[in-house]
Amino acid sequence: MRAPSQSDIAAGEVLLAVENVSLSFGGVHAIRDVSFDIRKGEIRAIIGPNGAGKTSMLNVINGFYTPQRGKITFRGQTRSKMRPHDAAAGGIARTFQNVALFRGMSALDNIMAGRTLRMKRGLFWQMLRFGPAMKEEVEHRLRAEEIIDFLHIEHIRKVQVGRLPYGLQKRVELARALAMEPDLLLLDEPMAGMNLEEKEDMSRFILDVNQHFGTTIALIEHDMGVVMDLSDRVVVLDYGRKIADGTPEDVKQDQAVIDAYLGVAH
Amino acid sequence: MFYREVGQYKTSYASDLAIFPILQDRIGIIVIVIAAYVLGWTANDFVLNAMMIPFLIFTLAAIGLNILTGYTGLLSLGTGAFMGVGAYACYKLTTYFPGVNIIIWIIASGFFSALVGIIFGLPSLRIKGFYLAVATLAAQFFLEWCFIRIPWLYNYNTSAAIEVPSRTLFGIPVTGANATAETRYLIVLTIVIAMTWTASNIVHGRIGRMWMAVRDMDIAAELMGIRLLPTKLLAFAVSSFYCGVAGAMLVFLWYGGAESTVFSINQSFSILFMVIIGGLGSLLGSYFGAALIFMLPIVLRFVPPHLGIPVHAATVEHITFMVVGALIVFFLIVEPHGLARLWQIAKQKLRVWPYPY
Repeated sequence: MRAPSQSDIAAGEVLLAVENVSLSFGGVHAIRDVSFDIRKGEIRAIIGPNGAGKTSMLNVINGFYTPQRGKITFRGQTRSKMRPHDAAAGGIARTFQNVALFRGMSALDNIMAGRTLRMKRGLFWQMLRFGPAMKEEVEHRLRAEEIIDFLHIEHIRKVQVGRLPYGLQKRVELARALAMEPDLLLLDEPMAGMNLEEKEDMSRFILDVNQHFGTTIALIEHDMGVVMDLSDRVVVLDYGRKIADGTPEDVKQDQAVIDAYLGVAH
Repeated sequence: MFYREVGQYKTSYASDLAIFPILQDRIGIIVIVIAAYVLGWTANDFVLNAMMIPFLIFTLAAIGLNILTGYTGLLSLGTGAFMGVGAYACYKLTTYFPGVNIIIWIIASGFFSALVGIIFGLPSLRIKGFYLAVATLAAQFFLEWCFIRIPWLYNYNTSAAIEVPSRTLFGIPVTGANATAETRYLIVLTIVIAMTWTASNIVHGRIGRMWMAVRDMDIAAELMGIRLLPTKLLAFAVSSFYCGVAGAMLVFLWYGGAESTVFSINQSFSILFMVIIGGLGSLLGSYFGAALIFMLPIVLRFVPPHLGIPVHAATVEHITFMVVGALIVFFLIVEPHGLARLWQIAKQKLRVWPYPY
């Protein structure tokens, strides 16, 4: 049983809302006047054909891109742009389409890096590395170990991530995002390039994260089976425009979506 | 056989977080430190003065550059100049406050260097890679110009050089002509060990992870709440601090007097080579690098006479250059990640010996 039911989500509190966001790079309009919301506790999918502006949308939510027009409301606070640091401090974590791990560091260090914002001891204690600094390090190590345990990556915790196979890298990246203990987790194609078994594992982890930690998830995914099974609501983008928004069943039957994916007969 | 961690169970995260989790490593490091101190009392002046003291000082500078280039991924060609800032700062400080212990000023001069490092680190938010290297090159030339053109820095000496005054610690001369090599070596050794230890603590903790995160994937680091500019500037500050202290020691505890040419671009390159050959992102590598670049030529120079091979001094000089150059190329081909990686591989092999894995 999923934690929040469909009706809960329909009436749920809005965690993040984007309103009339437009983003262009020179003459290229990546996003045109898109509005949607993400409600607390749901799994929200963002789908669309290649180049529809999905990743750009995540980058706007993250504060990595500044939209030319529109507003972003996060936890009741409205602003015209996010800043990466504010987004992170506010509890937005993110994984990337092409794994963006810190390749030279071990899996454990990657995950510990995810806890940077929560660690407070300054340079002085870091230099000595005992007393409060060590206590803090051990405390956060405990939390990191919980996540390692949760994602079953105990055996690779000391391995440099650059040497890991792709599927495990994706999992470490999820672990790193979870280490931030986010309220909103943005997953950019968490299952790209995976085989069926790995996809099933990853789907299970996503559902578990949603259920156990109550984390709200927004994900971009191309595998329609996965999207339809996992998500509570789906927003569909095409050429930077929103063409549909609703439950997976609604979206599946939407004529605009079918046209966008299959093309229109002339 | 003897190098195994079998039976060494870690029962707490604190023990797992130890910098040397393996008992044999801990014993080894203690033995090396003791041996290094014993050397101070037993070795002759030549070994201390011509080899050990400069080796340790260059190691410290290499650690400084390694923090910036190896850990944070910011290429710098201004190392020599930052060392110079430390040396000149120390000179001015001890001129104005001769009563204060020189050791305090050597450490304090690092802060001046750190400040200058922060200023020249500001462009690093916008530019990286080779472009940042060029920006730090500007620091190198500008500061070198200052060392020559601002007479105030060298107390209006006619020689335009730093002339190290005699300073004592507990009545024992530490700097100047009367200081023995033994005293100076022990002071350098203590400072370098202490600063290596703090550097190791920093890079293994939160700040070190922030630096490496910025190095490996700055976009992801930013989206995890790591602010790029303060993190990079901190790296510049800590790195320059180390270089500054190394520069102050270079002049006060080794040369005993120096002109601005000591801190030229050649010095920057030499430290950079130490870091690259030793291993980027490895403190141990800084020791290896400094040993290879600095000590090897000296050792090579003295091998032929001891073997009874009569070679002309000038010939030895030339051969040394060629051999060192060839060795550098050889090591880089064998292991592009530096001597530290070779060491790591050797340790791994030793652990599982006699089995292949």
